[in-house]
Amino acid sequence: MTTQSSDAHAAVPPFWRRTLFSTDHKVIGIQYAITAMVFLLVGFFLMMLMRWQLAYPGRPIPLVGGLLGATRAPGGIMLPEFYNQLGAMHGTIMIFLGVVPLAVGGFGNYLVPLQIGAPDMAFPRLNLASYWAFAAGGVVMIASFFAPGGAASSGWTSYPPLADIATTGQTFWLAGMVLLITSSLLGSINFITTIVQLRAPGLSFMRLPFFVWSQLVTSFLLLLAFPPLEAAAVLQLMDRVAGTSFYLPSGLVVGGKAMAVAGGGSPLLWQHLFWFLAHPEVYVLILPAMGIVAEIIANSSRKPLWGYRLMVYSVVFLGFMSFLVWAHHMFLTGMGTTMSAFFQTTTMIISIPSVVVLSSLVVSLWGGAIRFTTPALFALAFLPMFGIGGLTGLPLGLAATDIHLHDTYYVIGHFHYVVAPGTIFALFAGVYYWFPKATGRMMNARLGAIHFWGSFVTMNLIFMPMFIQGLAGMNRRLYDAGVQDPHLQGLQPWSVLQGWSAWALGVFQLVFIVNVFWSLRKGSRVDANPWQATTLEWAATSSPPPHGNFAVIPTVRRGPYEYSVPGAPADFTPQNAI
Amino acid sequence: MIARWLGMPVAAAAGAARLDLTMGLVHALMLVLFLGWGGFFVYTLVRFRAGRHPRADYAGARSKVSTWIEIAVAVAEGLLLVGLSIPAWASRVSGLPPEHEAVVVRVVAEQFAWNIHYPGPDGVFGTTRPELVSPSNPTGLDRTSPHAADDVVTVNQLHLPVDRPVIVQLSTKDVIHSFSVPNFRVKQDAIPGLMIPVWFVPNRLGQYDLVCAQLCGLGHYRMRGTVTVETPEAFDAWIRTREATR
Amino acid sequence: MEIPYSTTARPDTGVTNSKLGIWLFLASEVMLFGSLFSAYVLLRVGAPSWPHGWAIMNVPLGALNTAVLITSSVTMVLAWVALKERDLSRYWLWMGFTVLLGVMFLSIKAFEYADKFQQGLYPSTNTFMGLYFTLTGLHALHVAAGVVVNTWLLGAGFTMWERDPDRLTHRVEAAGLYWHFVDIVWIVLFPLLYLL
Repeated sequence: MTTQSSDAHAAVPPFWRRTLFSTDHKVIGIQYAITAMVFLLVGFFLMMLMRWQLAYPGRPIPLVGGLLGATRAPGGIMLPEFYNQLGAMHGTIMIFLGVVPLAVGGFGNYLVPLQIGAPDMAFPRLNLASYWAFAAGGVVMIASFFAPGGAASSGWTSYPPLADIATTGQTFWLAGMVLLITSSLLGSINFITTIVQLRAPGLSFMRLPFFVWSQLVTSFLLLLAFPPLEAAAVLQLMDRVAGTSFYLPSGLVVGGKAMAVAGGGSPLLWQHLFWFLAHPEVYVLILPAMGIVAEIIANSSRKPLWGYRLMVYSVVFLGFMSFLVWAHHMFLTGMGTTMSAFFQTTTMIISIPSVVVLSSLVVSLWGGAIRFTTPALFALAFLPMFGIGGLTGLPLGLAATDIHLHDTYYVIGHFHYVVAPGTIFALFAGVYYWFPKATGRMMNARLGAIHFWGSFVTMNLIFMPMFIQGLAGMNRRLYDAGVQDPHLQGLQPWSVLQGWSAWALGVFQLVFIVNVFWSLRKGSRVDANPWQATTLEWAATSSPPPHGNFAVIPTVRRGPYEYSVPGAPADFTPQNAI
Repeated sequence: MIARWLGMPVAAAAGAARLDLTMGLVHALMLVLFLGWGGFFVYTLVRFRAGRHPRADYAGARSKVSTWIEIAVAVAEGLLLVGLSIPAWASRVSGLPPEHEAVVVRVVAEQFAWNIHYPGPDGVFGTTRPELVSPSNPTGLDRTSPHAADDVVTVNQLHLPVDRPVIVQLSTKDVIHSFSVPNFRVKQDAIPGLMIPVWFVPNRLGQYDLVCAQLCGLGHYRMRGTVTVETPEAFDAWIRTREATR
Repeated sequence: MEIPYSTTARPDTGVTNSKLGIWLFLASEVMLFGSLFSAYVLLRVGAPSWPHGWAIMNVPLGALNTAVLITSSVTMVLAWVALKERDLSRYWLWMGFTVLLGVMFLSIKAFEYADKFQQGLYPSTNTFMGLYFTLTGLHALHVAAGVVVNTWLLGAGFTMWERDPDRLTHRVEAAGLYWHFVDIVWIVLFPLLYLL
């Protein structure tokens, strides 16, 4: 490291070295963010195709239908095989290639060293490696669409035996997951080490910005929850490639033929290992979003977070509890009373810290001088949207009501409220908020407002009807939106509304894309601290920060959100101010 | 009542009322929380917008109300859990009626159909073996085994007499499926290698959809059967015609 | 630009970055192998019958391999101690031994695999064999990775000695922690698959 850095001062490395293979956390963060946003768009596009099929089952897809090919949509009409591929890959891409890499790889990478006053991540080259493992995983996932039989089609949950006997795309999925898991593990080691070791002088744990806390807990979740999925993926890979039957019991008859495997396996083994990851994964999706929202709420209400300490304890508790609730996804697999009582109880317990964080954020607004900037709009909308997502988790967490709602659109509505108008709104808030830090230019507020209100209305029009559909008993993953089910008659207009809302949502994202490119060239220039914020990334370095971040490592003298301190000269007192 | 208010399908089994009550109470709690909390949120945004309240108050809220609300939420959740959900689950799992009082029927799921297997008048199932499975014998029933002669096997047609407990012994031949009759508020995954009992008491005449709730392949959306709840006389007549046409 | 605490321990946490990093990595490894061991338990409990490991496996070879790996853990420690005492020739000797023993472990493992294949025992034969090949295969990959790292610390990686001997010593210590972990995994695997 030492010699490398003196070289760096001596000569500017070539362009590709500075951009693609830089070890600077800011460059890697931006790489992560751009790649992840492209994947979000890809995943969104898959969803728009599905929405056509659901709104107008069996009608040729307009515009792109002819390009999909005879194995996917002959004559532009989507095949059920392809619908299942879209469903599985939409989920996989959105979660593992979109939201997590943007929230952790993008925002985490860019902001954590800046907020803790560190020159870079603790292991810069490991950081580079984790980006490239992520990119490789993404390539494998996308390539799977061109495998014989197409991409993985057994849902993002990949339950065996279905996934064991699925087409080659599933093997790609597993290989891709192993790469993505590797990337996340390397990343989380780096984050934890960085936060523990590289905090600036005076920056004790209770003075950390809440965003850093959220990244710390998230990293622990990734570190400890992903290996079980890796183990599960290895076992499924063995089932598919080496002919083992870890997930296949004896006596299976598929398509009228007895399966030629030894048997003796257990399909539920996969579900336990999978959900042991995937429930903490939910908090991986939501905690960084809470972190971003907390930063923006404190800044735009011009007052300290209410109950910072309690919020910190809550997220730590949340992280711990998230390892004890996994089987609430499995109530209907034949669970006994004791097991179900245990997992229902832990599920109710875990709802409490979420309520605490959410109400602390809302109460923080009380007494503020709230500025409705673009990031504030998105961050404020996060609160009720995440609230709906959380509340609708209640009837799913109670086993009795879960019987009726399990695997229906109610579930889809629930977790999309958490992740789409929840987390993704928080991520948009983050983009609008830190864009000036990364580029030195402000994003256009008018376009931002159009983007926000358009997305807010259309998101709700897509996801709110899902609760109606779910209560009516409409199951998820139905290729024909249930139009042929006698008990679902009369629900189809909702699907049409959802379809048009989804496409409109797509149009509003174009506004965002235009805004990014316009603002890069024409946005008004800003100084180091355009939001008059208190944390180190604003208070102690330029916009954008130089390589190495800080001319002098700052010394921290107070907590992260000292806004409107009585008697202070300005309504914000930076963490490093004397 | 609750079912209609929430837009759920008409309840057609005895245990459904209790689940619907739980569903109604949970949603009432959710609504109260959302409205109360949303009202506070909107009021705060209006009252403390920078235009109206330009100087923020460093200390902010001083009241402990939010703590009390959090405690109240925890208590409400606890009551729902202990008072309704856990007992409902216990009766679902352990409240099975004795077999001699019930209609016992095996349901064997496969891609993409429901095979229904009645034991016939003797009340005992014949032996089934995977190697005997063929298009004409979807459950692999060994007709030469004892008790097999009077067994009735149908596809996608589940007939049940009204007001008698039913025990469905649920299994699957290939992948995971989920036995779901929304009108009965009954749903249970069929796990390969396991036979899981499901019980309910249909109490309303009519025909209801039996659908698969767990993604099981490209035909998942059309894996659908019909449950016909009929009078005991009609049920007996139906099963006799099935025996005759076998 | 210098990353703080790469070579010296941070006073309030008492560790260097690489020490914390390797412990975190090992925590994730514990979860990985822990999950696989749980899978083993779950599958075994659910099975109507389970073969005796000693009836199928070559116990003497397994025991030899256990000895090889434990010895290599000892030589790894000796190599680190030698480096701390700035005794380069002893470092070369003990690290060389460690690499050699790692290779020996892998060779014996390869011989065992070939032997099983010859007997017609494959991962697909039954759940026990499936677990045997999966668990020992994954473990062997870990050993191979360790051999690569240790070889690197003898070769290209050793050039750091000129610039920053303390940092190299930390690296050898981290590699050693990993190597001990791989050793411990084997100590669990051996009875699980060969003896029980």
